[in-house]
Amino acid sequence: MPPAVSHPSPPLHAEGVFVGAAPLSNRMPWTHIPRRMATAPTVVLNARALERTVARMADEIVERADGTEQLVLVGIQRRGVQLADRIAHLITQRENAAVPRGALDITLYRDDLQTVGPRPIVGKTVIPWSIDGKTLCIVDDVLYTGRTIRAALDELADFGRPARIMLAVLVDRGGRELPIHADVVGRTVDVPRGGRVDVFVSELDGRDEVTMVIAGEGT
Amino acid sequence: MSAPLGKDLLGLEHLSAEQITLILDTAEPLREISERAIKKVPTLRGATVVNLFFEASTRTRISFEFAEKRMSADTVNVATSASSVIKGETLVDTAKNLEAMKIDMVVIRHASSGAARFLAERIESNVINAGDGTHEHPTQGLLDMLTLRRRFGTLAGKRICIVGDVLHSRVARSNIWGLTKLGAEVAVCGPRSLLPTAIAEFGVQVFDRVEQAIEWADALNVLRLQLERMTAGYIPSLREYNRVFGITRERLDRAPRDILIMHPGPMNRGVEIDSEVADGPHSVILDQVTNGVAVRMAVLYLLAGNAPALAEAARKTTADD
Amino acid sequence: MTEHRDVLLKGGRLLDPSSNLDGVGDLLIRNGKVEALGGSIGVPDGAEVINCAGQVVSPGFVDVHCHLREPGREDVETILTGARAAAAGGFTAICAMPNTDPVTDNQAAVGFVLKQGRAANAARVYPIGAISIGQQGERLAEFGEMVHAGAVAVSDDGKPVVSAQLMRTALEYARTFGIPVADHCEEPTLAAGGAMHEGFVSARLGLKGIPAEAEEIMAIRDILLARLTGGHVHLCHMSTKGSVELIRWGKERGISVTAEACPHHLSLTDAAVEGYNTNAKMNPPLRTAVDVEAVQQAVKDGTIDVIATDHAPHHNDDKQREFSDAPNGIIGLETALAVNVTWLVKSSIISLGTLIERMACAPARLFGLPGGTLRRGTAADITVFDPDQAWTVDPKAFLTKGRNTPYGGRILHGRVGCTLVDGRIVYTAMG
Repeated sequence: MPPAVSHPSPPLHAEGVFVGAAPLSNRMPWTHIPRRMATAPTVVLNARALERTVARMADEIVERADGTEQLVLVGIQRRGVQLADRIAHLITQRENAAVPRGALDITLYRDDLQTVGPRPIVGKTVIPWSIDGKTLCIVDDVLYTGRTIRAALDELADFGRPARIMLAVLVDRGGRELPIHADVVGRTVDVPRGGRVDVFVSELDGRDEVTMVIAGEGT
Repeated sequence: MSAPLGKDLLGLEHLSAEQITLILDTAEPLREISERAIKKVPTLRGATVVNLFFEASTRTRISFEFAEKRMSADTVNVATSASSVIKGETLVDTAKNLEAMKIDMVVIRHASSGAARFLAERIESNVINAGDGTHEHPTQGLLDMLTLRRRFGTLAGKRICIVGDVLHSRVARSNIWGLTKLGAEVAVCGPRSLLPTAIAEFGVQVFDRVEQAIEWADALNVLRLQLERMTAGYIPSLREYNRVFGITRERLDRAPRDILIMHPGPMNRGVEIDSEVADGPHSVILDQVTNGVAVRMAVLYLLAGNAPALAEAARKTTADD
Repeated sequence: MTEHRDVLLKGGRLLDPSSNLDGVGDLLIRNGKVEALGGSIGVPDGAEVINCAGQVVSPGFVDVHCHLREPGREDVETILTGARAAAAGGFTAICAMPNTDPVTDNQAAVGFVLKQGRAANAARVYPIGAISIGQQGERLAEFGEMVHAGAVAVSDDGKPVVSAQLMRTALEYARTFGIPVADHCEEPTLAAGGAMHEGFVSARLGLKGIPAEAEEIMAIRDILLARLTGGHVHLCHMSTKGSVELIRWGKERGISVTAEACPHHLSLTDAAVEGYNTNAKMNPPLRTAVDVEAVQQAVKDGTIDVIATDHAPHHNDDKQREFSDAPNGIIGLETALAVNVTWLVKSSIISLGTLIERMACAPARLFGLPGGTLRRGTAADITVFDPDQAWTVDPKAFLTKGRNTPYGGRILHGRVGCTLVDGRIVYTAMG
């Protein structure tokens, strides 16, 4: 397992992989992967690290929402839903308050349906309560181009008018194509186009893990 | 595959079980849209859909129209006579005119079997068969299957009996193809004068008496009996049809299990089905209507936007957005 | 007739069942008649020599059932184009059914068809007169006048003769003139609205079917009426197993019944309609494989006496429409030989000799027409053809105006080399 080194800010002359400018407001831990390790899938978060990260995210969400009063969580299909479930569970433990959870499938709102290839399978959207006036936190596993979140915002607009919408993502991999920004980030990883980040959750995949591949294979 | 159903939906006879399952699986989550306050998703925004109905039909047309509008498509309704003599234009010319107007999709209902295929062979637009003669009515078959699948959990091994005028029924044919492909056991029941002579070759059981059908089935799909069948001499009277084949509460009470009652509509209350049954606890007729919109949305979604060249050029993985 | 040139057909296989002839040799035509045949014949001065090596030289084919659409639908076919298409198909004589517009039910109309046929200068055209005025099925047409003007038979084909009483009278009355009464066997109430054979295919396609029994009921009726009247009934386009069994029954009892079958009923089944192909729509419709086999066997054992085309051209606009609305009928003059060779001879169901018997000798004999023979002294109506030559059916290349064939694009065996009528070449494909 290659060393996962954390720095408060990206080193200037690292013999490793950083592509693109560092996000301005980034104060989150960076992961630096030495280049020679970069073409095989590399573990960014193992199960224990993921658990810690999700716990911290839960606290941050409550902090930013100023408590659980109007807080609702909406997970993006698919793995955002499982993450939202875990976060809600943690918040309930901490704050002793139930947090409503919904699921959102954004397939029908995608901007690339004409070109994306096989017709994406449509998943379930379950938002059984009004979102008017709520502090709604979208939960997703990976934030990349931002197009998924753009679609989610459009779809939520058809459900109602929250007082506020926040975004919490487990991994921010950079590469934004739209002006979308996450309020709560689990881990930032700079992966160039052509690389990929995969999130595995035990509810669906049998294990908790986040891996990345820099280039070429697996795309 | 970028176009999982191909260009058109003309019938269920030549679809695979996988394709049919895909449509049902896609329809499931789409039901939820009709329960939102804003019953609309932007998926087909800018797409033009023409509802070309050569046969009068309010319910099917409205169902398609809702499906199209809820997907944000632009809808145009054309209701016209089937006879080219009366309307002065052949189906070939109609096809060419639609092509020239760059329509994206056509939903066609026509009195001639094969008319949907006739149109599909002549235009590039997607063609959805909303009922062609006595051949097929695929979206009805699909919504019937979705209704049953939701109630039973699965269609495999379930016993469905289609009751009535199978000879003239496109709904019956679509149901037979779809249900048998998904592993259901299908039977038909009706007077022999209203069953095709070659019915055994469809792989279905035949019951001559409706009591036998009720004894056997998990669900009945009750077909509408048209008045014309009596005037054409296939049966002596509607009264006798009801007495011998009508789905009445008395008959249903003798069923050994809770049978689901379906009907494609519109119903002839008191002929093929009694009001008590149609409005009773076994009836899933209204579910069929709800599911109809979802199934049609699913079909529109799966057919639309097949631009294979663009798809190849712009392949993206869905995980990394 | 214009003056004739001598023609020498050299080295072909002379095959004439009417005179038990089958052997390679020459055939000399002089003054439009068969002058000599067999062995090696010296070339007379000024004679045209046609090299027939590798080909069959047979009596010219005679089609007792075709539709020429003139008068009334000259846009679809004329007697001229039909006669030329016939010649291209190896036919030296064709009989034109009377369901034209107006119907050929009187001597003037018969005369018109003859006149147009002569002017065509291709295959001979013999008119068939209607059984009833206007083919309305009510009053007899004037058989005598029509025969005197040149009609060779009577028929209401296109439609069945619904009234048994009328059919009986027609058979009795026709005896005076020694002509056959040809019936299109279709029980109208069973067949009403039908678009194809009633079976699994029709049930799947959602098309109203015509059961085999619709044909068989009328076939046995006509056979029994022939027995009653002693008249000669000719059953058109027989298509079902049941029908040929009934014909066999009738012939066993010495009843004067003859029957024809069409090439399409000897080769295609109702599966050809798949995809709602209107070029596979005709009446009687294509039936099942069991029926095809039975009709093929009937052609073999002579229960079916002749093969006729029922050539029925239609305008493309008419055929390009919803299946149930499209008119019935397919063309057949230019594919008949090849279809028969491909499905019957190549598969060893019948010999080439039997084929010529069914396509040339028997039709001429049963309808009392000249031809159907190569005997010395008879008119030189001759077909030269290559039974082995393969070719691809291209409807656009046909001489008929019709394009409605189910065989388009198929590779068939059997090609006409040249056709002679009265010793004159009316068609040639040979350089």
